Amino acid sequence: MEKNNAPTVFGGRKLKNDLIFIIALIVILVCVGLGVYFFRKPGDTVKVLVDGKLYGTYSLKEEREVEIKIGDNLNILVIKDGTVDMINASCRDGICVKHRPISKNGETITCLPNKVSVVVEKTSEKGDVDTTV
Amino acid sequence: MKTTRKIAYLGICTTIALVLAYVESLIPPIFSAVPGIKMGLPNVVIVFVLYKFKARDAIIVSLLRIGIVTLLFGNVMTLAYSVSGAVLSLAGMILLKKLDFLSIIGVSVVGAILHNAGQIIMAMILLSTAEIGYYLIVLAITGAISGVLVGLLGGILVKRLKDKTSEE
Repeated sequence: MEKNNAPTVFGGRKLKNDLIFIIALIVILVCVGLGVYFFRKPGDTVKVLVDGKLYGTYSLKEEREVEIKIGDNLNILVIKDGTVDMINASCRDGICVKHRPISKNGETITCLPNKVSVVVEKTSEKGDVDTTV
Repeated sequence: MKTTRKIAYLGICTTIALVLAYVESLIPPIFSAVPGIKMGLPNVVIVFVLYKFKARDAIIVSLLRIGIVTLLFGNVMTLAYSVSGAVLSLAGMILLKKLDFLSIIGVSVVGAILHNAGQIIMAMILLSTAEIGYYLIVLAITGAISGVLVGLLGGILVKRLKDKTSEE
């Protein structure tokens, strides 16, 4: 009963082309995405956010240690050689401590239990992306 | 189809596209970190018109929709974004439909991705930053997914609404 009324719409052969096309597209996009991720521009400032609020901004260029102490929670950051790393944290899982040092624009280390997130940014060319599209 | 009939049909399509755009604006963003991820519900209508009628009609419906949305809710900025997205997306879809090697799903995926691309390119021009180009990769992947859904919906509609009024 339900014969192919519209062969031009869901043609079997074209559907196969679709599948190949979409898979190829997604593979290419993921590759490009990973490529961009690994070749990101280095950042120059470190922003520390606690529970979504700005705790402090530090330069990536000067070496220093930052202690983030909120109540009983403690996180210690080390800024060295243009990278920032979480070396100690009071949280139980310690995922943030295991995270590799970060240095590139947009990279983050987040300590979920303590609600601390560390973001590397590039301040020299800043664009306001707050426009509704 | 008779001209009067067609005008009425396209008018209804434009209205449905408008309503879908409004409905979509009510849906909260899935991923607030990356703005711009949308389902592209109005595109269901555009794809439907493109397959049911001609390329010219799809262009008319799309531009009318943008014009009305801008008059009702928008400003010059949103107009620039909408037009660049819609023009690129329509051009790509019409071309791919002519080439005739992808079905409605593939065509709609390309349309969705080009829509995002057009908006990102416009944003890059208006804000003069290349950084937001990164968004396009994420938006293209989500666009591909929503494009499949839109294409499926559009295809089902074209198939189901094959009554005698559609005969040209």
